[in-house]
Amino acid sequence: MESRTTQLAVGMFVIIGVAALLFLGLQAANTSAVSSGETYKIYAKFDNIGGLKERSPVKVGGVVVGRVSRITLDGEYYEPLVEMTISATYDEFSETSSVSILTSGLLGEQYIGLRPGFIDDTVELLKDGDYIYDTKSALVLEDLIGQFLFSQGND
Amino acid sequence: MLDAIARLGKAVLDSIAGAGAALLMLLRALLGKPQLRKSFPLLMQQMYSIGVLSLVIIIVSGLFIGMVLGLQGYTILVDFGAEQSLGPMVALALLRELGPVVTALLFAGRAGSALTAEIGLMKATEQLSSLEMMAVDPLRRIISPRFWAGFYSMPILAVIFSAVGIYGGYLVGVRWLGVDEGAFWSVMQSSVDWNEDILNGIIKSIVFAFVVTWIALHKGYNCVPTSVGISRATTSTVVTASLAVLGLDFILTALMFG
Repeated sequence: MESRTTQLAVGMFVIIGVAALLFLGLQAANTSAVSSGETYKIYAKFDNIGGLKERSPVKVGGVVVGRVSRITLDGEYYEPLVEMTISATYDEFSETSSVSILTSGLLGEQYIGLRPGFIDDTVELLKDGDYIYDTKSALVLEDLIGQFLFSQGND
Repeated sequence: MLDAIARLGKAVLDSIAGAGAALLMLLRALLGKPQLRKSFPLLMQQMYSIGVLSLVIIIVSGLFIGMVLGLQGYTILVDFGAEQSLGPMVALALLRELGPVVTALLFAGRAGSALTAEIGLMKATEQLSSLEMMAVDPLRRIISPRFWAGFYSMPILAVIFSAVGIYGGYLVGVRWLGVDEGAFWSVMQSSVDWNEDILNGIIKSIVFAFVVTWIALHKGYNCVPTSVGISRATTSTVVTASLAVLGLDFILTALMFG
């Protein structure tokens, strides 16, 4: 029976199938966050994170420097706390930096815009585990319309 | 008038008898004491001719369908500035629908027709009868390994199809048209769920594998043992299996995602 080559071919077939399943599981589905390179974490509290999700990008001037790694509710008032994993290549952000939740395009995904603060002798640089206090929440369209109508009514 | 009613009755009786024969064939082939040492080499042989040899057509068509999805999706999504949603669109379309369904259709054409023709010719040349003369059960020796080979091969092929298709969408969307690579994967990852999308797609392909292989074997085993009969049986395999896959897909989609 010419079973050796047949068995090899079937074995390869099954291996390719398992590899494809692993590709789907790891690359296409949300299983584990595989981040490459050295990173550090910084935190920020918001009033409202809108449609921000885990793995959303953190951008400085449009350039991706990290990703949102975790979103939890924190403290006795249950404020949304966002954990950001920033690439260690960019480790010169000062504590006066500010973060805001922005939207790419009119209907696009939401991301975090990080605006670096000034650096002089009196301010310190952000380290792993530090908090950014200057935050701006996501724009919620309904709130915006409500405010607009309310201000119209005052006239 | 009476003739027409009689013809209708004959058609109904024939189809019921056919379904019963198909079920009996499957039960006789699959039930009974498993003989691993004897059936394993047979299974390997059939896995090779059914699964491995279908790999090329599955990979090529998966790649092109993924690329076309990427291209068409991009031209529509870019109007709304939502080209980041290309990743989830390609991935969900492939994992939920196109992967299992197109694989089943290709499988019916590539492997199902071959199975029917092979078994039909065995019957026409009385190889099946001679096996019985030698006290070898043709159902256990011929039908059963082919059934299991199709049953195992098709889900593997469907998974490969989806993976290759997503890669094709990535090639066109990210490499060619310039969608942001991080957004492509991260938006895809945030909207594709392991249980909801990937496992449901695999369940679909397992059901299709069962149905397509069963129909192909039944049509071959019960064909009229002439050249015309074999050609009719082969055609009927492809048509029946394709219709069954499309109909079942609607029912499964309604159950899973409805």
